[in-house]
Amino acid sequence: MIRSVPVITAIFDGSPIGAVELVLVWVGGALLAAAAITAVIRIVRGPSLMDRMIAADVLLTTLVLSVGAEMIVNEHTNNVLIMIAITAVAAFATVAVVRTVSKQDRTAEAMLPPQTRSNELDTVTAPTRVAGRRGRRGTGESR
Amino acid sequence: MTWNDVLDLISLVLLVLAGALGLIAGIGLLRFPDALTRLHAATKPQVLGLVLIAIALALQVRSWTALLMLIPVVVFQMLTAPIAAHMVGRAAYRNGSLDVEVTRIDELAPAIAEASKEHGA
Repeated sequence: MIRSVPVITAIFDGSPIGAVELVLVWVGGALLAAAAITAVIRIVRGPSLMDRMIAADVLLTTLVLSVGAEMIVNEHTNNVLIMIAITAVAAFATVAVVRTVSKQDRTAEAMLPPQTRSNELDTVTAPTRVAGRRGRRGTGESR
Repeated sequence: MTWNDVLDLISLVLLVLAGALGLIAGIGLLRFPDALTRLHAATKPQVLGLVLIAIALALQVRSWTALLMLIPVVVFQMLTAPIAAHMVGRAAYRNGSLDVEVTRIDELAPAIAEASKEHGA
């Protein structure tokens, strides 16, 4: 059985099963850490705001998984509410940021094809404007 | 090897699987070319990894109250994750941050063209 935070002394009681558990805990923790590092690399490198938002979402997911892993290692359920809170905040943050993104925020012009992407985007917004969901007709803003 | 040891080992194996899923999502984030494919990679551990962690925690703690606490976590994530992914995909399409060379079929573009024709825009 796994008991307390000083992992090495707590898990590894000399028995073979304790050794296997110790290895599994460290492998799982290392995988979660590597996932967090890759997400941070993508946040830094971008190139667009969407990529950074997706990577931030992955980082928060990894954080939630890590909180769960800590509860598994120490055998308690005190932090379940923290898991709920982080997942909720992650989803709402993604929606909130994405709502503010406009087509002027494109920073990845290099990866776009040479066709006129902007005209196409105008037609994307056109039905929305005609339907009157937003009353900013003709401003050229996407939202 | 007692029954408790077996449950502990199963729980830790599930923890390792969840970690591997997270790392796979991270590798997908690094290697995929545009926002939509990265979104595809990113949404995998959001639900499945959380389900694995919840099962592992339930196996480790072994009480009904813990199980009752864990069910809303998974349900809430299943409710909110598709909304966030939908918003990201919608904004990525409008934003133009998708790689047209990777996109084989764009079913939205003809629909947009038709809708624009109907509304005279």
